[in-house]
Amino acid sequence: MSTDSPILTTPLNALHRELGAKMVPFAGYDMPVQYPLGVLKEHLHTRERAGLFDVSHMGQVILRGDGVVDALEKLLPGDLKALKQGRVRYSFFTNDQGGILDDLMIANMGDHLFLVVNAACKAQDIAHLKAGLPGIEVEYLGDDRGLLALQGPVAATVLARFIPDVATMPFMSVVTTSLKGIPVSITRSGYTGEDGYEIGIAPDRTEEVARLLLAEPEVAAIGLGARDSLRLEAGLCLYGHDIDTTTTPVEGGLTWAISKRRREEGGYPGDAVVRRQLAEGATRYRVGIQPEGRAPAREHTEIQDASGQTVGEVTSGGFGPSANAPVAMGYVSAANAAVGTPLSLIVRGKALPAKVAALPFVPQRYYRG
Amino acid sequence: MTIRYTEDHEWISVDGDVATVGITTFAQGQLGDVVFVEVPEAGRALAKGKDAAVVESVKAASEVFAPVDGTVVEGNQAVVEDPSLVNSDPQGAGWFFKMTLANPAQLDGLMDQAAYDAFVEGQH
Repeated sequence: MSTDSPILTTPLNALHRELGAKMVPFAGYDMPVQYPLGVLKEHLHTRERAGLFDVSHMGQVILRGDGVVDALEKLLPGDLKALKQGRVRYSFFTNDQGGILDDLMIANMGDHLFLVVNAACKAQDIAHLKAGLPGIEVEYLGDDRGLLALQGPVAATVLARFIPDVATMPFMSVVTTSLKGIPVSITRSGYTGEDGYEIGIAPDRTEEVARLLLAEPEVAAIGLGARDSLRLEAGLCLYGHDIDTTTTPVEGGLTWAISKRRREEGGYPGDAVVRRQLAEGATRYRVGIQPEGRAPAREHTEIQDASGQTVGEVTSGGFGPSANAPVAMGYVSAANAAVGTPLSLIVRGKALPAKVAALPFVPQRYYRG
Repeated sequence: MTIRYTEDHEWISVDGDVATVGITTFAQGQLGDVVFVEVPEAGRALAKGKDAAVVESVKAASEVFAPVDGTVVEGNQAVVEDPSLVNSDPQGAGWFFKMTLANPAQLDGLMDQAAYDAFVEGQH
């Protein structure tokens, strides 16, 4: 995406403005960073009730063709052969050095695979898919395809008022169904650490679905600001910050997304690097960081060990409204990665005490049946 | 009592030899929910336009600049303990620090209420 291209809008642009959102450019789109409720209350509302997020900026892609599973496994370490129809998996495209090109969700829809990729990476991902999957049809659903996330402890109660069957959908499963006659694809997944759904909708029906959900008393519109603080508390990576082409899945703590078969067989870009790091350990790891005081440590804050040696850098940091404390993630040298290790964060020239903390900062509350 | 404003959205209220400094209602609205405040210690020398205090919202950290030269008399511990005062009462209980003025003539270079209102109007 070139910087001089005109800014894109999602199908909810007019609705965001009607709701009084503060709009900002994000990944080439005009997006709501917050509504009049404000980031803090939007965050807490999502953890207590249900939040509706416009994530239509993300890329939705369909892959179709004979051998699509084998072909896609050559681009990423996800175990797609073990991905049953109706199930969803988290994975990441890797490069030859084992670095991460993007992270994504992959759903097995039976006759095709359905991918959701990051907004900022989607042009490059689509080119990568087209180049890497000869003979496979790569269908991008468009810059204006709708994607809504309904997240929070009552998300299931709310959505089940429209579609009763979604209440018992397993975590990381997908269905194609309809909501008040509007065709939708629904996955039970999200980016907040809460139970919830992501709902794919045609551009011309997205606002209708959003208005139906927002009319439910427990649902509030939530902006990108709270989306970021929610995912940070949940210990989830933001591509381009916590993971990128210079970080491997081992360093990033994402080896849970590489099955035993894929670890042994490899067959994806950078597999030798990942295999070696799995066997010998990496030199650095992504960890949770709990500052001891009240001052947040932001992205790029220098991390020092007890002796004052630089051992890493914060990659995401801010204030966690549910943790009611500053929270951060970052990379530290392997020797300093154990939970409880004392660290110093250099904030405005001062060394502030902190500790390596277990992730997530707040318990994940995914639906487990 | 004279109130003046800076282009960085600080207010300074002068009462005799001592001035109180904070951020404006407009500024707190732009910042959003304030979650952390750092105020200067008494005795610290401040220079006009230079860092004096820190205010952080959930998303971002911002500096509060000294509107004029002077010396800190007191930092407001109430906003350190309850940063939300900056949102709820930015031009009252949410003040950041009190200072003496080294050069009161510097106030003449700041905006009065009418000029600041027009300035904020131009920011929309």
